[in-house]
Amino acid sequence: MSLLGKLTLDAIPFHEPILVGTFIAVVLAGLVVAGLITKYKKWGVIWNDWITSIDHKRLGVMYIIVALIMLLRGFSDAIMMRTQLAAATNGAAGYLPPEHYDQIFTAHGVIMIIFMAMPFMIGLMNIVLPLQIGARDVAFPFLNNLSFWLTAGGAILINVSLFVGEFAKTGWVAYPPLSELAYSPGVGVDYYIWALQISGLGTLLTGVNFLVTVFKMRAPGMTLMKMPIFTWTCTWANILIAASFPILTAVLAMLTLDRYLGFHFFTNAAGGNAMMYINLFWAWGHPEVYILILPAFGIFSEVVSTFAGKRLFGYKSMVYASGAISILGFIVWLHHFFTMGSSANVNAFFGVMTMVIAVPTGVKLFNWLFTIYRGRLRISTPILWTLGFMVTFTIGGMTGVLLAIPGADYVLHNSLFLIAHFHNTIIGGAVFGYLAGFVFWFPKAMGFKLDERWGKASFWCWLIGFIFAFVPLYVLGFLGMTRRLNHTDNPDWNIWLYIACGGAVIIMFGILSQLIQLFVSFKNRKALADTTGDPWNGHTLEWSTASPPQYYNFAKIPQVRDIDTWTDFKEQGKAYQTEQSYSPIHMPKNTPTGVLMGMSLTLFCFAMIWHIWWLAGLGFIAAITFFIKRCYCNDVDYYVQPDEITAIEQAHINQARAAQEASA
Amino acid sequence: MNSIATNFDAIKIDDTHDHAHEHHDSGGNTVFGFWLYLMTDCLLFASFFATYAVLFMNTAGGVSGKEIFELDFVAVETAALLLSSITFGFAMITAHAKKKSLTLLWLVVTFALGAVFIGMEVYEFHHLIEHGNGPQRSAFLTSFFSLVGLHGLHVTAGLIWMTVMMLEVSRRGLTSQTTTRLNCLSLFWHFLDVVWICVFTVVYLMGAM
Repeated sequence: MSLLGKLTLDAIPFHEPILVGTFIAVVLAGLVVAGLITKYKKWGVIWNDWITSIDHKRLGVMYIIVALIMLLRGFSDAIMMRTQLAAATNGAAGYLPPEHYDQIFTAHGVIMIIFMAMPFMIGLMNIVLPLQIGARDVAFPFLNNLSFWLTAGGAILINVSLFVGEFAKTGWVAYPPLSELAYSPGVGVDYYIWALQISGLGTLLTGVNFLVTVFKMRAPGMTLMKMPIFTWTCTWANILIAASFPILTAVLAMLTLDRYLGFHFFTNAAGGNAMMYINLFWAWGHPEVYILILPAFGIFSEVVSTFAGKRLFGYKSMVYASGAISILGFIVWLHHFFTMGSSANVNAFFGVMTMVIAVPTGVKLFNWLFTIYRGRLRISTPILWTLGFMVTFTIGGMTGVLLAIPGADYVLHNSLFLIAHFHNTIIGGAVFGYLAGFVFWFPKAMGFKLDERWGKASFWCWLIGFIFAFVPLYVLGFLGMTRRLNHTDNPDWNIWLYIACGGAVIIMFGILSQLIQLFVSFKNRKALADTTGDPWNGHTLEWSTASPPQYYNFAKIPQVRDIDTWTDFKEQGKAYQTEQSYSPIHMPKNTPTGVLMGMSLTLFCFAMIWHIWWLAGLGFIAAITFFIKRCYCNDVDYYVQPDEITAIEQAHINQARAAQEASA
Repeated sequence: MNSIATNFDAIKIDDTHDHAHEHHDSGGNTVFGFWLYLMTDCLLFASFFATYAVLFMNTAGGVSGKEIFELDFVAVETAALLLSSITFGFAMITAHAKKKSLTLLWLVVTFALGAVFIGMEVYEFHHLIEHGNGPQRSAFLTSFFSLVGLHGLHVTAGLIWMTVMMLEVSRRGLTSQTTTRLNCLSLFWHFLDVVWICVFTVVYLMGAM
């Protein structure tokens, strides 16, 4: 047994020019960033104000940075797959050999769901939710920081797999027996297991943290049915997280035991049952897609009511519809494997349950339409994403109902029709929602608005690109093309593969526009600055704070009596008021424990992947030690004094009044 | 907006104020959060129970539960754990009464009973493996070792936590923070007791029938 376990120099893929090129590019980019940070002397700021920060707003920003970086990574995988399939027609081999291609489609799925969509959603929730309920932070701020570093650790692992060893070749679901040691002897599946396990733990802790926050820390007067709708949909998503992520933890632990200790949960031999994995995986996996989509629904609701200048139509039905979707989301998992041997009656039950979900979703769609009806819709970037979503998501929903019919599913299972369907709902639903939320809340988090022209350009590229990239996949599914093919030899498919590739290129321009948008907006940040704290004439409490918000959020906890509290304040003339005197605010201090624990556990996972047992032990013990040390540290808090609060509040009010007078 | 409503609001304001951070909160949030975590832990066990239910008949020509479960042995093991729950209850009563040395005494007793439980479980596992009935033998044994082992791992974590808490109580006394932590550990310990009752019933009793 070597000191480095299975890790040798052979693990570095020198023979893959694409990977070597990527590696060099990543190193160069890293050096440039490090150089810039050194040049502007920002290391201290990054460590003290960001990495160790336990402020929910900053953690939210960091989550979104992770999500955007992983979006680029996941999209690179996507465009490689599309170009490969456009090149490898008529029996040609293309440029990606199967063993590399298999890793790419697996990584694409894992990254986009676990490391792009989840951090994006959790990032937005972090920034917005405590502000919406009038709280000064989440219930457990330190835990929040730890959650972030566990998620970041998972993202680090999956990116390390690119350059050290390999990633899973099993597809993002990693079904056994393929993912068992006998058929996947490399470290790819182990990277998969540990990256998901560590980030899943982070997500679970986030879910618990935000549930306590919502149930225990709402501003006085804010009953549950007066919570802003985004907070409500996030709460449903957090309930789903708390109820489904333990199942993922369990099933991954079982696969780990199979692979590491020769257990027989899912093996072919000794009575193992692979279907158990598939059931448990989807008992997590299906609620997971509702975890992604529900907060997006909340974002659309906020955006529609804000930009229509009206109250949200059917607030209560929105809340109940979200609840119905959450509960139904737990009794439909079997529709992911209608073809895998259940009886007709079982399939029928799950098919009907799946179709029923269209009802609460339809309720939501009509509520949005009725909110727009007779409103004065301001056509801005967030509302464009929302309108685009209403069209694409409806199509995705309808193809979903089609797939929910077991008979139809027997024909379409694992075909590109399915791929088109779930991209239709995840991109056209969740991602459009997060991008709408990104533009909507960007000024709140960063203090300046994003450039509208580039934002609109990005939206149109995404929407048109999306249609060109995925409508052909519906056709290809009907023509019989299955998913995860490396090359094809059917002339009828070629034209559609070319169109889909073109669509991916258009989406690329959409992403480029967003990068340009960020750059341009940063350059013009003075002109785009939001001095009022309320750039869109918003409805809820987050718009009552400055942009970016005071680090303590609220100098005085507001008294709530309406769902649209901020609108209520503005109508009553209670907005932008200062108090005679403030009481001191109790605040937690930043701490490096979260990042130290997160990185120790990442090291533990890396060591487990490569069977470096001593290092694994070291990483684990280090994490526990850091935690216990934190528990017995007394220097964890301080008070913000009234003078400082008065100064900050007065500056905000003066700025906001000046901006109002300038516009009036 | 007065009487009940105002009182309720006042409580809430205090709340927000208090747990601007977890270490100085009156404990309400921490205990509620920990209780929520326990519910997620419950689902972790539920997944392993479900898997056991699916796999327990797949003995692959090896032993079945009936052949290896020794109910007398498990009864003693169970008694130790159930008793430890009661003694932890005494520890909490004395902790709330601010009786430091009595609290410590009951924690020591609880720890000892927990250690007996774990010791017996380790012995049982060792015995099974020695006779060629390790978890690699069949899917039944895989799911048995994993479910019971998962519970044992939790109890072990509880024992380590209890050690840390005994040090804390003896050094810092029964401050409100320490009592909150004891409350959490107590929830954890009783929760493991409840899970064990399910393990005892589903795995051992039903298996030996």
